[in-house]
Amino acid sequence: MTIPFTRKRFRFRRRSKLFRLSRFEVLITLLLVLLSAFMLLPLVYIFNHAFKPYDELFIYPPTIWARQPSLQNFIELFNITSEQVVPVTRYIFNSLVVAVLSVVVVTLVSALCAYPLSKHKFPGSQLVFATIMLTMLFAPETVTIPRYLVVSHLGIMNTYWGHVLPMVAVPVAVFLMKQFVDQIPDDLLESARMDGAREFTVFLRIVVPVIMPAVATIGIISFQTAWGNVESSTLFMQNEEMKTFPYFVSTLTANMANSVARQGAVAAAALFMFIPNLIIFLVFQSKVIATMAHSGIK
Amino acid sequence: MSRSDTQVMNRGYAPGTTVRTKGKLSLLMKEIWRYRLSYLFIAPFMICFTFFILVPVVCALLLSFTSYNSLEPPRFIGWANFRYMISGDLLFLQYALPNTFKFAVIAGPLGYIASFLLAWLISILPGVWRKWFALAMYSPSLMGGIAMTIVWLPLLSGDRIGYLNSFLLEWGFIKEPVLWVTSKDHLMTSMIVVTLWSSMGIGFLAMLAGILNVNPELYEAGKLDGIKSRLEEIWYITIPSMKPQMLFGAVMAIVGTFKAGGIGTQLSGMNPTPQYSGHLIMNQIDDYGFIRFELGYASALSVFLLLLMYLSNKFCWRLFGSKGDE
Repeated sequence: MTIPFTRKRFRFRRRSKLFRLSRFEVLITLLLVLLSAFMLLPLVYIFNHAFKPYDELFIYPPTIWARQPSLQNFIELFNITSEQVVPVTRYIFNSLVVAVLSVVVVTLVSALCAYPLSKHKFPGSQLVFATIMLTMLFAPETVTIPRYLVVSHLGIMNTYWGHVLPMVAVPVAVFLMKQFVDQIPDDLLESARMDGAREFTVFLRIVVPVIMPAVATIGIISFQTAWGNVESSTLFMQNEEMKTFPYFVSTLTANMANSVARQGAVAAAALFMFIPNLIIFLVFQSKVIATMAHSGIK
Repeated sequence: MSRSDTQVMNRGYAPGTTVRTKGKLSLLMKEIWRYRLSYLFIAPFMICFTFFILVPVVCALLLSFTSYNSLEPPRFIGWANFRYMISGDLLFLQYALPNTFKFAVIAGPLGYIASFLLAWLISILPGVWRKWFALAMYSPSLMGGIAMTIVWLPLLSGDRIGYLNSFLLEWGFIKEPVLWVTSKDHLMTSMIVVTLWSSMGIGFLAMLAGILNVNPELYEAGKLDGIKSRLEEIWYITIPSMKPQMLFGAVMAIVGTFKAGGIGTQLSGMNPTPQYSGHLIMNQIDDYGFIRFELGYASALSVFLLLLMYLSNKFCWRLFGSKGDE
């Protein structure tokens, strides 16, 4: 694990000598195990639901483990659109394009912005940072209507840009990255410049490697937002071909309340939506916590 | 860029070398020109920021003083929208506003406290386990909207075979199935519970990292100074030394609870929610904006919501802002 942890682990060892197997710690561990079992139950449920054949989906009381796991639900999911113009693979493709594009663009743009904000004291930098901090308190969702107007006037409706561009400016991302760039000593940058490095080289060779944990964190967060985003499909895309997978899933569940049909497909889709998030989070998890150590607002 | 160019750049980062001969404005222009590369760096972000955050917020401000139905040009009507909001809009006054307050006041702080407590509990476990517990707590945020339909709907379903109902019936806690999500008495409770379940998000991770980074020597010193229980330890050492992370978590919690809107409709499967029991300000905005097309009034509502967020954030700033201490 990363540096901040080693110290802490040491502390634990020291402490556990003092309170060796104290009742308190056993109690806490038990409590946490119970709680996480509760929190994870939906996860287990999603996994098994996706593999249950129809006769098991509606068994009462519900079985936690599928008795006869099958891929029937996934086949159904991919067959739903067989008589429609837009196949389900198109939605998945759109989602992938949007998610990858927004991860790349968001991390690059935020890192580019965070570096000068932290290290160049250009005129107006204070003002820019103050504005970014202020908008961090606002949710862009609250101003959907003007956003809709802006997107329609820019003429990016029904394009991938309509999905990606509204999500590019993430104040939290710039804030987290700036906190990281602040850690880089000025002398290091200065000496690189003395050696004739251009600003862009300094950025690529020194700044980016140092802020990699923050880049990973922002990457995860923007992937999660983009992958699960339904809003841009409903608002900015009239063309069915440009809508994304979560939107497609939401149309499946729209008439679910009183019907049995498509439950299996929904279960499969839910798993499909969840897996990428889980994998990406697991891979970069330690980076996330390292980044969050610098998240404080002073 | 050649070497001489680089030297010009270098001079740029050692301010105070210019001769003050011209006026202030030209000096400023020179200064700006010298930092042209910095502006180039922040340009992509600032362009998107301006288009999709700044302009919409300003637009919302301006539109809130107009009557606009998206077909005819906006017509300036002064404070009429706001006057209607606080005197005439019964749906807003009777349901949206009190519901939002109730929801935010309960779900916000409770979720925040739960995040902190869980982060603290996880932090005292051995390092190997921490990762997995953190993942378990964070997993609802990873699942997002899907979990809602697939897990919570069958659980809270109002008929006898809803998992919660059948469990309670079996154990004799209730005599008749309870309409958890479709009656006006229980919808709000269900909304709050589901929100709490998913409230261990980015703020939780920030607080976990903050607790893990508290200098261990502080605890030793505290012990010498007579701190006896762990509660005292949290109060006198942990919280003061992670104030910045606490503030970040608070900001995230506030923004999260105020922008919640879809959850009532998702749970009850009805829009508007049964007898408006889950009607939040966000629903009211969508209602006016996308169903009635009264964009001017909808903007006024969103300005009001932004103001609410801003004020609650200012309040938290008071609580956790580090000015002078430490």
